[in-house]
Amino acid sequence: MTDIVISVRDLTKRFGDFTAVDRISFDVLRGEIFGFLGANGAGKTTAMRMLCGLSYPTSGSGTVAGYDVMREGEKIKHHIGYMSQRFSLYNDLTVWENMRLFAGIYGLTKRETEERAAELLDRLNFSSERNTLVGSLPLGWKQKLSFAIATIHRPEVVFLDEPTGGVDPVTRRQFWEMIYEAAEAGTTIFVTTHYMDEAEYCSRVSIMVDGQVRALDTPARLKQQFSAESMDEVFRTLARGAQRGE
Amino acid sequence: MAAIEVHNLSKCYGGVRALDSVSFAVERGELFGLIGPDGAGKTTLFRLLATLLNADEGVATVDGFDIKSDYRAIRSRVGYMPGRFSLYPDLSVEENLRFFAALFGVTIEESYDLIAPIYKQIEPFRTRRAGKLSGGMKQKLALSCALIHRPSVLFLDEPTTGVDAVSRSEFWDMLAGLKKRGITILVSTPYMDEASRCDRIALCNEGHILGIDTPEGIVRGFDKKLYGIGAKNMYALLERARRADGVEDCYPFGEKHHLVADEGFDKGRFKALLSDVEGLEIVEAEPTIEDMFIKLMKR
Repeated sequence: MTDIVISVRDLTKRFGDFTAVDRISFDVLRGEIFGFLGANGAGKTTAMRMLCGLSYPTSGSGTVAGYDVMREGEKIKHHIGYMSQRFSLYNDLTVWENMRLFAGIYGLTKRETEERAAELLDRLNFSSERNTLVGSLPLGWKQKLSFAIATIHRPEVVFLDEPTGGVDPVTRRQFWEMIYEAAEAGTTIFVTTHYMDEAEYCSRVSIMVDGQVRALDTPARLKQQFSAESMDEVFRTLARGAQRGE
Repeated sequence: MAAIEVHNLSKCYGGVRALDSVSFAVERGELFGLIGPDGAGKTTLFRLLATLLNADEGVATVDGFDIKSDYRAIRSRVGYMPGRFSLYPDLSVEENLRFFAALFGVTIEESYDLIAPIYKQIEPFRTRRAGKLSGGMKQKLALSCALIHRPSVLFLDEPTTGVDAVSRSEFWDMLAGLKKRGITILVSTPYMDEASRCDRIALCNEGHILGIDTPEGIVRGFDKKLYGIGAKNMYALLERARRADGVEDCYPFGEKHHLVADEGFDKGRFKALLSDVEGLEIVEAEPTIEDMFIKLMKR
């Protein structure tokens, strides 16, 4: 097994004359928390869609979880986890029913589903809530469950798209502790956020401006490079130079 | 008389108390922030004050008018920008603006001086359909429409949610400009770092107000000693610090973790106890609005 989970070179997406993503290149290593930042309209969403197998690049090359981004979008989808902005489980299904549904979608067998569900419930200390309706759980628990279910098929990398938008400061931190824990256990995390303090929690951060990756390094080195006190300042310096709007 | 007065306002949806006996007052010309996460009751409060919903209990006035009996007077005096984009996507920028002007019996020209600083930025696109605008441009158009009848009070429900840090900062600059024109502004946000742009703020959570003060006043209310701690392995540090003596709380806070010390905490002893932690750092830290929010939530 290689230690590079995502590797892209000169990945480009054009819509007519408009180059939404312009030759981006980077590697994401196993167990990394990789922060993917950018101003509105910088091309983050388009880039994420290509990495998740939802859209094919116009040009470039690369692999995600070992599959070719130019040809194997379907295979990529099966081998990654994805948690969208905010909560995306079914409120009127129980904890177990949600697990069974997503396990089924990812093609786990009945036995695999039972084993994996038991393991996740145990790790979350959730076993007593197996038959509770998800809608009645507190927000923090829902988020933990959402993340756990995004990993039900043991993906090599989990994409988190603004997972903490609108979430209270206590729950937001609980969520990040869970990300830390998952990364320590070897899960690779690819995450976008508008909270600049969260950029500090990442192993490495990339910042997109006008379709290109303009900066990529550890938060400490980025701050050094831009002579900035905080990631917020680094981000502002780069985003202010943006030529195109949204 | 205050621009907005709210006394024990409550609203339930089914069994859920979205707003639970909330009271506060906003002075004329004040920029007042409702700071809190989803589910705090911010949107419900706006809908009550904008006379779009009736309260279950309590009373409130806006610009001196009762939200129940004088709703017509209130509707002509307030500008309301809901959280979700609610202009007409099939109308152009200019058509939307004209439509809202017509509803209030005014013209764009009459109000142009007020909206100009904002509207000028999107005027080059005035023939573009609103549905085809970028997020930041939609926001500017929505604000222009909310101002077209020269309201005395402006309600802005999470105008900066999902907007990047630079655009958020520009939006607050626009609000500062409107405040100078004497408009009372009630604005909500889930971003704690925006609190400092307000004259006063209310920290809101789960239908309650946890505290009301100036941003500086809120921070002064943090009566514990706060430290920033760091190490090579930040996650492991969190676990270790929480188990140390005299640590009331420890949580991630950007570059460093914040450690809330209680009376039994001793910096020297803490460093000795964690002497095996690689790259250990501990420095005194200034509390922020977010530290106070966390403290109030856990109380």
